[in-house]
Amino acid sequence: MSITRSDVEHVAMLARLALTPDEVGEFAEQLTAILGHATDISSLDLDGVPPTAHPLPVTNVLREDVIGRSLDRDEVLAAAPSAEEGRFRVPRIMGEA
Amino acid sequence: MQSAIEIAAAVRSGARTARSVTEEHLATIASREGEIHAFNHVTADAALAQADAVDSKVARGEDPGLLAGVPVALKDNLCTRGVPTTCSSKILDGWLPPYNATVVDRVMAAGGVAVGKTNLDEFAMGSSTENSAFGPTLNPLDPSRVPGGSSGGSAAAVAARFAPLSLGSDTGGSIRQPASFCGVVGVKPTYGVVSRYGLIAFASSLDQIGPFAATVDDAALLLDVISGHDRMDSTSIAAPPTSLLNDGGSVAGLRVGLVTELTDVEGIDPEVRAAVERAASALEAQGAIVERISVPSCIYGLSAYYLIAPAEASSNLARYDGVRYGLRVDGDDVYEMNSATRDAGFGAEVKRRIMLGTYALSAGFYDAYYGQAQRVRTLIIRDFAAAYERFDVLLSPTTPTTAFKFGAKTEDPFSMYLSDICTIASNLAGHPAMSVPFGLGSDAMPIGVQVLAPALGEPVMFRVARAIEAAGGVA
Repeated sequence: MSITRSDVEHVAMLARLALTPDEVGEFAEQLTAILGHATDISSLDLDGVPPTAHPLPVTNVLREDVIGRSLDRDEVLAAAPSAEEGRFRVPRIMGEA
Repeated sequence: MQSAIEIAAAVRSGARTARSVTEEHLATIASREGEIHAFNHVTADAALAQADAVDSKVARGEDPGLLAGVPVALKDNLCTRGVPTTCSSKILDGWLPPYNATVVDRVMAAGGVAVGKTNLDEFAMGSSTENSAFGPTLNPLDPSRVPGGSSGGSAAAVAARFAPLSLGSDTGGSIRQPASFCGVVGVKPTYGVVSRYGLIAFASSLDQIGPFAATVDDAALLLDVISGHDRMDSTSIAAPPTSLLNDGGSVAGLRVGLVTELTDVEGIDPEVRAAVERAASALEAQGAIVERISVPSCIYGLSAYYLIAPAEASSNLARYDGVRYGLRVDGDDVYEMNSATRDAGFGAEVKRRIMLGTYALSAGFYDAYYGQAQRVRTLIIRDFAAAYERFDVLLSPTTPTTAFKFGAKTEDPFSMYLSDICTIASNLAGHPAMSVPFGLGSDAMPIGVQVLAPALGEPVMFRVARAIEAAGGVA
C-alpha cells in the first residue's frame, strides 16, 4: 500500500505539524517504505491472540486521595513561553462570534 | 583509573576526597570533551559543591552512601532541577525543570556526584546520536564512528573515562546498543524495577532507565542504588531486596540458551556471531549447559516495535504544544501556534515517528497496525515463557555489527532501525537484558554479547555477565 500526499497532510493536521511541501513529499515516501516492512506482521493470522498493551500485570494503581506536596506554581509558570495572572497565556482559541 | 566501587570505598574510608576524584574527572572531560561531545551540559561547579558535601559528611563521621564521591553522567532526558534538560531537542532548549527525576535524587542521596547531562538522539529516537539537535557524539574509540544511540553520550562518557558511571534510558536498545558500540557494560532492567518519574517519556510501555559502567560490578552498584518502588511512578514495582553485587556464585549448572533467530539474524557480521559463540563456549567451560534455542516470534519484534513505539510517542509528544514549557512560535490562533511550534522545534526523525504513530493509531488503520503489533507482543512473551521453562538465561549478539561510520545509515531510516533488531524483544516483553563487551572485531571495535533473563531475573543475568566478563573475549 502507498501513503499519498493527502494522507500525509491529514495526519500532519491530526499531529499538529505544519509540514513544508517538501516534508509532505518525503514523509509520503518514507512512511510507505517503513509501513511496507510491517507487512510481515500484518499477514500473520493472530485471531484469538489477545493484545498486550503493557508488560506488567499491575492495574489501577491509585494513591490515597489526600493533599500532597506539588510543584510551585510560580516556578512552573516561569518556564512557560507566556504567562499572566497565574495562568498560561495562549493565542485565541475560537474564531470571531 | 579506579572503578566506581574502588572510588566509593576510598572516599568512604577517607583515603581519597570526593573533591579530588571530581577534579580528576573534570580534568579528563576538559581535555577531550571538545572532540567527543558526550555532554550537552557539564555541571562542573555543582559537581564540586556536591563533592564537598560528601567530604563534609566523611569528616563528620557520617556515611555518604554507596556512591560516595563517584562521578555520574546523566542522560539529558532525565529531569534535573534548575539544570537544563533538553532531550537534545530545540523544542526544550532553555527549559529548566522544576524537579529532579527520582533516579537523580537517588544517585545524589547515595553520595554520587552529577557531572553533566549527556547527548542523545532527539527524544531518544535513534541509534547513533546523529539525530541530536546539538550535533552528534563521537565514539571515543574511533572518532570516525558513531557511539550508538540513543544513549550515545552516556556510553561515550564512560568509555572516555569522563565518569565511571552513567545513566541512560532504553526503549528498544538505547542502552545496550551504545554500550556494545563503545565497549562498556549497559543494562536494561526489568520493566518497573527503576522509577521513571522525571524521565521524559518516549514510549511508556517500553521505556526503562538503566546503568552504564566499565565493569559488570560497577553496573550492579548503580542499579542497586536506583532500583526500588517509587510512589511517583504508577508502573513502579518493588525491587527484589537482594543486591546485584558479586555474590561469588558460579555459572556451573546454569542452563544457557543461544537464541538462533538473533545469532543468525540477517545482516549479522560473522565476527559478531563468532564472538557470541566464543562467549557461549566460555560459559560451557565454566560448567554451564549451553544449547541452541529457537524463539520464533523474535523476528517480528522489529515491525511490532516500529508501530508500538511511534504510536506511544505520538501521544507522549503531544505535550510539546508551545504552552507550558520550551519553544513557542507565534500564530494567529492556538492551532497555528501549536503546529508552527512543533514544526520548528522537532527534528526530522521525531516528526517521522510522530507521523508514523499518528497514522498507525488513526481511524481505519488502528487494528491492522497497532492492534496487530500488540498481538505480536503477546506471541513474543509466550515464546520467551516457553524458552525460560528450559533455560535460566538466553544469549545473543547485542547488535548485528560493530559501530558504523557517521552517515552510513542516515539516508535509509529502516537500515538504522535494523541495528536494534536483537535488543527490541526484551523491551516488548518487559524483561531485563544487558550488553557485556567481549572481544574486538577486525576493525578494532568492540563486540557486545547480550544476556537476556526473565522478568526480575537480574541476579542470574548479572552472574552470567560476570562470567562472560571474566572470560575476556580474546579469540
